[in-house]
Amino acid sequence: MSTTTEFASGVAAAVALAALVCGAASAQTGPVPTQPTYGFGQPATPSDLARFYSSLPDGRDLPKGSGSVAQGKAIYEGQCSACHGDNLQGGLGDRLIGGRGTLINTDPSKAPVKTVESYWPYATTLFDYIKRAMPLTAPESLSDDEVYALCAYILSRANVVGANATLDAKSLAAVRMPNRDGFIPDPRPENFPPPAQAPHETKAIAPPK
Amino acid sequence: MNHHSVPAGEGITKTERDRRRFIVGSVALAGAASLPRPSRAAAPPGAVERPVPDDPAKTPGYPLEDESYGARSQFETEVRQRYKTATPLSSWTFTPLQDSMGIVTPSGLFFERSHAGTAVIDPRKHTLFVHGLVARPRKYSMRDVKRFPSISRLLFLECSGNGLTEWSKPTMPTVQGTHGLTSTAEWTGVPLATILNEVGVRSNAKWLLAEGGDGAAMTRSIPIEKAMKDCILAYGQNGEALRPEQGYPLRLLVPGFEGNMNIKWLRRIEVSDAPFMTREETSKYTDIRPDGKAVQFSLEMEAKSVITSPSGGMQLERPGLHEITGLAWSGRGSIRRVDVSVDGGSTWREARLQEPVLPICHTRFRMPWQWDGKPAVLQSRCVDDTGYVQPTLGQLIAVRGLNGPLGSIYHLNSIQSWQVGNDGKVINVHHY
Repeated sequence: MSTTTEFASGVAAAVALAALVCGAASAQTGPVPTQPTYGFGQPATPSDLARFYSSLPDGRDLPKGSGSVAQGKAIYEGQCSACHGDNLQGGLGDRLIGGRGTLINTDPSKAPVKTVESYWPYATTLFDYIKRAMPLTAPESLSDDEVYALCAYILSRANVVGANATLDAKSLAAVRMPNRDGFIPDPRPENFPPPAQAPHETKAIAPPK
Repeated sequence: MNHHSVPAGEGITKTERDRRRFIVGSVALAGAASLPRPSRAAAPPGAVERPVPDDPAKTPGYPLEDESYGARSQFETEVRQRYKTATPLSSWTFTPLQDSMGIVTPSGLFFERSHAGTAVIDPRKHTLFVHGLVARPRKYSMRDVKRFPSISRLLFLECSGNGLTEWSKPTMPTVQGTHGLTSTAEWTGVPLATILNEVGVRSNAKWLLAEGGDGAAMTRSIPIEKAMKDCILAYGQNGEALRPEQGYPLRLLVPGFEGNMNIKWLRRIEVSDAPFMTREETSKYTDIRPDGKAVQFSLEMEAKSVITSPSGGMQLERPGLHEITGLAWSGRGSIRRVDVSVDGGSTWREARLQEPVLPICHTRFRMPWQWDGKPAVLQSRCVDDTGYVQPTLGQLIAVRGLNGPLGSIYHLNSIQSWQVGNDGKVINVHHY
């Protein structure tokens, strides 16, 4: 079962419960949404909303356009490498590739290496994030074609797509990320037994040398 | 706070500041009639440096300043401190909890976290769009938003990364560093449910996306039942407009949930049937367990408490009566009880809770303590009204794992220990 479906079914049950206990929730339980009480504001038109699109993992609402690995390489070198490194190794910005196999970790002194390649569950998130927030000093400056190209380049360097790949709405949503099944719903609230009787150790900050 | 000397931040000790102030004050007083007013740079942030007379009862004070905004006393020096991330455009600042009084955080000391700096937004040009699985997509100016019936509510916010440095070993010397990513304010705004009912949410809606209008366009998915239950579109904080760094002119409040979900500079809400899986709910704000699986959508902030005085970096000057005081809070409800131990958790006594005790709000606790001059380990442990008991760090690590410096990062809510030495020095320790 996919992560999305698990969350969706859990929330559906919660919504049904909320509808029973909370009158305000009745809006989404009936087939006909409530009529407005106040009528303030204005209708949001398609042209108002054209600037905004947030894709879901199934690729809904991804824009038209496409970009290739080669195009992405050129854009990356001009706009991204200063912060993310010539080899996508990170710097001021996050490391983007590598780290597979480091998430299972029992060594408290060793950090798992969390990158697009090793950790990110959905390729659509990469498009969404670059489109909205990158580059740091000029967000929303990249065209949709450029963002597809950057996704293609980063994912090819991550050995997730081929070196000659071209990505668009359909092919990006079809990408299966290596850590796709690496996420689980949080099981909390945890239940803690009564606190341990005898504390066993006091550890202080190491004095400066 | 007679018996505690409080460390000041940014490498400047309070004594050093006092000395500078004395020098500036003396010069200004000597030539008060002829010299220009001392430069504001000499005053602590948020204050104006003024001459200090020998006897303030024997001279008029400075004139009332019409149309002025007001400043704090030049003798008060507590400030937020920034965590030294690689860039100040994506960083966080800590509230000086060691100096906190009561439960409300002054707006100028309220902790901050932003991912692309602080946006500057003209409220006359700001628009909130609400669309997606709704019958009537709508846009609202700030004037429109403020026409709706409003509510005010005292709520804490806490960054889910509060304390992230403290998992493996005690690291930050003061409570500002260990716990300063939580603050409380009175927020004013419109219930999100009001506007969702206006646009008519479709029956298959299950999540909504909240998006900021800052350079990061910060986005999080929020369960629709939470949005309908108690979320607020807030434009007021502590009786005035939001501060820019808190999301002026409009932010979302998601009571009791992770700080980062309380989207600042809110510009858009999109209703959907599934979570959007944004960067901030996949690659960030998730915790890897030792088996490699990451827990996701850890939304509620669990019950937590900390002693704010005496706390790390303070100095007890002499044995005798000291008041132990601190804060407790829970994202799931009200604080029911706080116990305090002065012997590292072997014995506990119930602290007095200061009214008001409100759900999803800082609660102040107090307990008088006779210090006998011997070493002591001070701890507080809270219970919320769901019955949840604040765990020890050992209990938390047993459940979550200690999965390396970047494994389990978020949601550290365990009992904090402050060790008092026989010299009266208070330091941050792990004791469990």
